[in-house]
Amino acid sequence: MNVVRNLTLKIWRQAGPDRAGYFEEYPVAEISDEASLLELLDILNEYLINEGKEAVVFDHDCREGICGTCSLMINGQAHGPQRGTATCQLHMRKFQDGDTIVIEPWRASAFPIIKDLMVDRAPLDRIVEAGGFITADTGGAPDANLIPIPKPVADASMDAAECIGCGACVAACPNGAASLFTGAKLTHLNLLPQGQAERYKRAEAMVETMDEHFGSCTNHGECEAACPKSISIDVIANMNADYLSSKFKNRKKLSRV
Amino acid sequence: MAITLDAKIPEGPLEHKWDEFIAHEKLVNPANKRKFKVIVVGTGLAGASAAATLAELGYQVDAFTFHDSPRRAHSIAAQGGINAAKNYKGDGDSIYRLFYDTIKGGDFRAREANVYRLAQVSVNIIDQMVAQGVPFAREYGGLLDNRSFGGAQVSRTFYARGQTGQQLLLGAYQQLARQVGLGGVRLFNRSELVDVVVVDGRCAGIVVRDLVTGEVSSHAAHAVVLATGGYGNAFFLSTNAMQCNVTAAWRAHRKGAAFANPCYTQIHPTCIPQADEFQSKLTLMSESLRNDGRVWVPSNLDDSRPADQVPESDRDYYLERLYPSFGNLAPRDISSRAAKRAVDSGRGVGPLKNGVYLDFADAISRLGQGVVFERYGNLFEMYERITGEDPMKVPMRIYPASHYTMGGLWVDYELMTTIPGLYCAGEANFSDHGANRLGASALMQGLADGYFVLPNTISNYLAPLLGKSIPGTDHEAFQVAEQEARDRFTQYLSIGGTRSPDHFHRELGKIIWDYCGMERTEEGLDKALSEIPALYDEFQNDLRVTGDGESTNQTLEKAGRVDDFFQLGLLMCLDAKERKESCGGHFRAEYQDEEGEAKRDDENFAHVAAWEWSGDYTAPVRHEEQLEYEVVQLQTRSYK
Repeated sequence: MNVVRNLTLKIWRQAGPDRAGYFEEYPVAEISDEASLLELLDILNEYLINEGKEAVVFDHDCREGICGTCSLMINGQAHGPQRGTATCQLHMRKFQDGDTIVIEPWRASAFPIIKDLMVDRAPLDRIVEAGGFITADTGGAPDANLIPIPKPVADASMDAAECIGCGACVAACPNGAASLFTGAKLTHLNLLPQGQAERYKRAEAMVETMDEHFGSCTNHGECEAACPKSISIDVIANMNADYLSSKFKNRKKLSRV
Repeated sequence: MAITLDAKIPEGPLEHKWDEFIAHEKLVNPANKRKFKVIVVGTGLAGASAAATLAELGYQVDAFTFHDSPRRAHSIAAQGGINAAKNYKGDGDSIYRLFYDTIKGGDFRAREANVYRLAQVSVNIIDQMVAQGVPFAREYGGLLDNRSFGGAQVSRTFYARGQTGQQLLLGAYQQLARQVGLGGVRLFNRSELVDVVVVDGRCAGIVVRDLVTGEVSSHAAHAVVLATGGYGNAFFLSTNAMQCNVTAAWRAHRKGAAFANPCYTQIHPTCIPQADEFQSKLTLMSESLRNDGRVWVPSNLDDSRPADQVPESDRDYYLERLYPSFGNLAPRDISSRAAKRAVDSGRGVGPLKNGVYLDFADAISRLGQGVVFERYGNLFEMYERITGEDPMKVPMRIYPASHYTMGGLWVDYELMTTIPGLYCAGEANFSDHGANRLGASALMQGLADGYFVLPNTISNYLAPLLGKSIPGTDHEAFQVAEQEARDRFTQYLSIGGTRSPDHFHRELGKIIWDYCGMERTEEGLDKALSEIPALYDEFQNDLRVTGDGESTNQTLEKAGRVDDFFQLGLLMCLDAKERKESCGGHFRAEYQDEEGEAKRDDENFAHVAAWEWSGDYTAPVRHEEQLEYEVVQLQTRSYK
């Protein structure tokens, strides 16, 4: 087991949404390189409690990179320096002796801070509620093999469906846009034959709900670089294409009524 | 309150029981459904699917999750797949075979009628999930692909890469989100159940604590569904997510819901071994890896050569040697014990000698790197992120870890607990897996309960309540429960001791793992039964929780959960002590045959042990529900 020595943690502390925040520094003499960054925070919290101080609040759960609960800007990067990796899967072997590690909450006006490193990501749920589903009430579904789906289509849909909803794309975006998140859900559902019936209604509803909460996409591409699931920015092109089409198709249908 | 364990299994032959039930259940007409309020706690597969379906039917649903979003529930971490008796492969599968495999996998300790129903609705689950847009793996012709899994000789497992749980949960979450958008479901996030309220012998609602403001509030309903997952984190180190806890089930238990078979815990054979002392969580590597990976340890003690320098003649492929017909796909309990024995014999591998190899070299030479990577690439990448080793080059190291709990709240055929009006679904109940769960069956059960069972059974209870008033949150019972909850959390803050909740959780976990883990003995369990109360005393007197109760305080949340784990942990050990036989995940060293295989005692233990809360956590009352087998012949389980 190797250790990383003489680290300095600079962590954002903020007592509540309306309180002023500040950086607090914590020296770390040594830590196993097998530890994850969140395990380092666990150890720090154990130390703080022993000192009678309040532990650092941060969102986390599965620690396997799949639930999307963890967040953190690490040295200014959403989920830290390792590509395609969520914070919980980032291990200390990626850091050097003497490093300063700056840890902040997601930066986005749509994600207000709850406390310390914890933010409110509920607007992402609002986008899904607006149309991120296929209407298929329980019961009455046809046999699963009734509609064959070509493997490349199923695979492309799955590529987009891998989104874990962590919000890193929003935090990394200079505009605080949620286009990668929304585009991923639209691509997942709109590629599938089952998703065709509501395709354009879905695109319109999700994009317009997104616009109520988030900034606009100007193709910086920071989202793709920050995404722990490496979701391609192509999904944004798919979203824009379907949104544009929706403005013709949905209107055409309306005119027939 | 004396409890009665009436399983309410419908009459008739096994294969007709569910149809019989549906044909004769009481119904609530569509216009009246909106007059009923149902609370669903937990938004994993079981909770999200139940909430969505109940709302589709027209009930008013309030859904609670302690997460920031329903999509975070731990169902999301399931990797390998979901079983269904579709027989798309034409390899001899059928509803009966899935039923039989599940009963046998559970070592003949599950209720026949429940398991048969599970196998029946499994086929509907796949249809439903495909209709909702779950991108399952497909073959080039566009039809669904299947893989094989432990404990079965057919390929009946549907999967979406190594993220089947994620895709299924997102499917159920999207249906739930749709209902939230339509107003059928009110969603309460970051809200944790802290008590269940019972009035006049029926469940009247719940008390929750807002994890952002610390505010405690009451919610009344006609019926309450708990879908709050398992208690595997009692061991501290497990593959469960960090927040998984027993609190909802335990609080219901304290209000009169019997807790069944708490000693049935599943130790999953393929997890990444612990790397050091401070580790807070273990990571699962999907069982599907055993389709192509071969498990081995060096034949000789203290063989410290790197894996690739150990010649074939010095390797012990012990699963293939001991269980030739199932080989590396032997069920989880059997594979786990075999790994423990290999490591205990001093043949463990890795820096701490605490693992066994799972080797893909043969598969890579047989199928090529591309195929192996396509099947398991994301799992290999996850392994490499955690260990720094590439399984395409060196064998994985794995070791068993706590993963799933078959025990849980006792429920009848309708998934109702011993408290009328309180239902329990998914991993939180005890119903379908007996003493051991087969791989890819947890997702199946969660969705079966939520989509297909509960929405049918709940009307049977609600229909007679039409037009009758129910106790509101101003009822005294709610006020008392709220005050008790407030007092409890104030108490944690005011102890002012020296040790954190995590400290106590880690120590408790060690006791349970050592004495109530993969191998149990009467002597060890007695030790645990004296050590747990001693440590619990210390917890109650030396706990330190910093911060306050009026804003987010994860230390305080943890204190409440650890408190409940203490009481449950003791019950696990009591149950393990009373069950004087070995079955499935419950292995008592005193009860084994000459070859070290589990020895069941069908004469005395072919029953469910359901524990009743007595007011004193050290003295619960044990009840028995006899398991009647009408179709299956009890046999010694053999995978040789």
